[in-house]
Amino acid sequence: MPKLTVDGVELEVPQGATVLQAAELAGKEIPRFCYHERLSIAGNCRMCLVEVKPGPPKPQASCALPAAEGQEITTNSAMVKKAREGVMEFLLINHPLDCPICDQGGECDLQDQAMAYGRGGTRYEENKRAVTEKYMGPIVKTIMTRCIHCTRCVRFAEEVAGVEDIGAIGRGEGMQITSYLEGAVQSELSGNVVDLCPVGALTSKPYAFEARPWELKKTMGIDVMDAVGTNIRFDARGREVFRVLPRINDDVNEEWASDKTRYAVDGLLRRRLDKPYIRKSGKLVEASWDEAFKAIAKQAKTAGDKVAAIAGDLVDCETMFAARELLSKMGSSLLEGRQTGLAYDVTNVAAVNFNSGFNGIENADVILLIGSNVRWEAPLVNTRIRKAIKNGAKVFAIGPETDLTYKVEWLGDDAKILKRLPKKLSDALKDAERPAVIVGGGALAVEGVHGAALKLADKFNMVRDDWNGFNVLHFSAARMGGLMLGYAQSGGMADVVAAKPKLAFFLGADEVDFGQFEDCYKVFIGHHGDKGAHAADVILPAAAYPEKNGTYVNLEGRVQFSDKAVFAPGDAREDWSILRALSDVLGHTLPFDSFAQCRAAMVAAVPQLAEEGVVSFDWSPPKLSDKPEGTLAYPIKDFYLTNAIARASQTMQRCSAELLHADDMLEAAE
Amino acid sequence: MNAITRTLKAFTLYEFVQAHALTLKYFFKPKKTINYPYEKNPISPRFRGEHALRRYPNGEERCIACKLCEAVCPAQAITIEAEPRDDGSRRTTRYDIDMTKCIYCGFCQEACPVDAVVEGPNFEYATETREELIYDKYKLLENGDKWERAIAANLEADAPYR
Repeated sequence: MPKLTVDGVELEVPQGATVLQAAELAGKEIPRFCYHERLSIAGNCRMCLVEVKPGPPKPQASCALPAAEGQEITTNSAMVKKAREGVMEFLLINHPLDCPICDQGGECDLQDQAMAYGRGGTRYEENKRAVTEKYMGPIVKTIMTRCIHCTRCVRFAEEVAGVEDIGAIGRGEGMQITSYLEGAVQSELSGNVVDLCPVGALTSKPYAFEARPWELKKTMGIDVMDAVGTNIRFDARGREVFRVLPRINDDVNEEWASDKTRYAVDGLLRRRLDKPYIRKSGKLVEASWDEAFKAIAKQAKTAGDKVAAIAGDLVDCETMFAARELLSKMGSSLLEGRQTGLAYDVTNVAAVNFNSGFNGIENADVILLIGSNVRWEAPLVNTRIRKAIKNGAKVFAIGPETDLTYKVEWLGDDAKILKRLPKKLSDALKDAERPAVIVGGGALAVEGVHGAALKLADKFNMVRDDWNGFNVLHFSAARMGGLMLGYAQSGGMADVVAAKPKLAFFLGADEVDFGQFEDCYKVFIGHHGDKGAHAADVILPAAAYPEKNGTYVNLEGRVQFSDKAVFAPGDAREDWSILRALSDVLGHTLPFDSFAQCRAAMVAAVPQLAEEGVVSFDWSPPKLSDKPEGTLAYPIKDFYLTNAIARASQTMQRCSAELLHADDMLEAAE
Repeated sequence: MNAITRTLKAFTLYEFVQAHALTLKYFFKPKKTINYPYEKNPISPRFRGEHALRRYPNGEERCIACKLCEAVCPAQAITIEAEPRDDGSRRTTRYDIDMTKCIYCGFCQEACPVDAVVEGPNFEYATETREELIYDKYKLLENGDKWERAIAANLEADAPYR
């Protein structure tokens, strides 16, 4: 722990800290462009110059200088001021003064720091440099003349995203950041370079020229595109969410977000259900809320307790709770959330939880992936696994071979491998200090895999007091909350079908095989006109995730609250209030009149949902059949089109077409 | 003494005559009023009247949708929406000024980096309905085309002081 002084203030900093971090600990602001907490140190922008004694009598780049015992750091001397002004002047030599047409304007590091640390005017009268635009795909727009060569994007692509599609060529003034072959960046995290870029060289293509940061209302939310529960911020103006940005939460998403999280929001404006509909002689016709409720009430009378509720992937806990209460008042407990028919055992929630936690998985030293395409099912968990590998972990995988952006030892896609582990894997697990297994949602569909994985965890002592290496990777935002609220039949969807419900509520459920519910009156409570609405007998328009408050539980069992950013379009209402109003008509009035009361009632029923944070589930795994049979496959066929919102999003469609089906398109063109 | 003077003034109609003298004096003096609308006072080049959106000489609209005028407007009278035009340049799809909200402070023209939005010399745009005072982009550009000569002359006259 070196002791040093910053501007005369003495303090102790952690071993291995840099001078910049030390100054920051002392509360001094150091301007910087290339330095970023989560990326490697480059030291090429020279903006963080400070005076350090002992050392040469010149300013030094504080981001790349280790803090040492007895250093005297000065951040406010005349020399430092002059040095910063000089660096800023150099940076601005080739930077165009096009702030008014630059999308970064208002949230630009260069703009801010030029105001704070730069000279008033320029002395440069020669011609500025101009650089051609580079193509980086449907998400990143480039205006490369603005680039100041901080290389944050290059380092992000290489270190975090794990793709080497962005790089720098040339040197000196001729240096250019490029995507080499003018192709789209093949990463589902590419949107993050937009945030990282300290200037307006990389901006967001779907958001181009749409709004200024100061006119957007910021609301704290939780993402529902995957089960990671990315902490996000909705930037909205009027009734429209213009963009989604990640919030910093070191326990969940650090400061990244996947492209789907960021750019699927334009789907909120398309294919929306904004009026109730009733199916009359085979056709859906517009109706009033009253008519829709009456039609349901008529069916409810004949249905009696033959009622079911199916939760979709994007719903919040309050919605599921309200539906559960309504059903229990009607005398039914036919609840199910695993739409595609998964039927894994949920008697112990810990056995289907991501027990290591996102921070924990970074410390694992051997990781076995079982039927999980982590890169698509949870891109941010994939970045954690990349970190684990950087820390020296080894990764084995059972499943179809795919590019996970890191080195994986593939063992084939036969589930039987779990019974006869190859020697290299069993040796590695035996020697590992913190072994971990990650079972994908797709693998849980294969008979016996869950049991075999649990047995594996037992055999290699993966579950101890200080370490739990057994992980299940869900990919639906509503899954963990649904399991906590009892949205699981022991036989899965098959049980619901077997019970032959006469009336079923589909809470935004779009992935169900509706053919199974031929004789059932289907009420769809959701926000997008997708498969669910197509099959429904009554459609009640509901709110999408930025349009309602809600509680979500992510795949590591972390309870998080999301706030309402905008109002739902047209006649659409928040889900809980729809169920509350419907309960009145059905004669089973629910005991809450506001969202707060609804949440309070939910917390009373499931106390674990009361506060934000990780829920600790008791580890008592069930005894399951451990004879795996069959081949493993990945459930997600198209990363960009996994849910109704993403399917309605033009940006996501473009991404899917360009990044995943580019070869098909070329073939079609020929 | 006082009583005598007062009585004398009253009987000679002194104040009456004095008032008429004043009237006569102004009757023969040059007039201060003008015959509006046939005559108008001169106005300063800095006069802040009706808004206009200008164009470049080649006909391209100047406004680049930077939204600084919208941000600076203290009355929040300006509403702008923007998106990339077909050629990829940054343009507004909507530029509304609510003239009933506007307080004619001139901040918008001060903020404009391309001299697109200006407050021109025109102050005669009274309307019969409030709706007509909510100007859209078309109306503002039309104003610009109509007043361009006067606006350009005013800007040039004021340029040395900026």
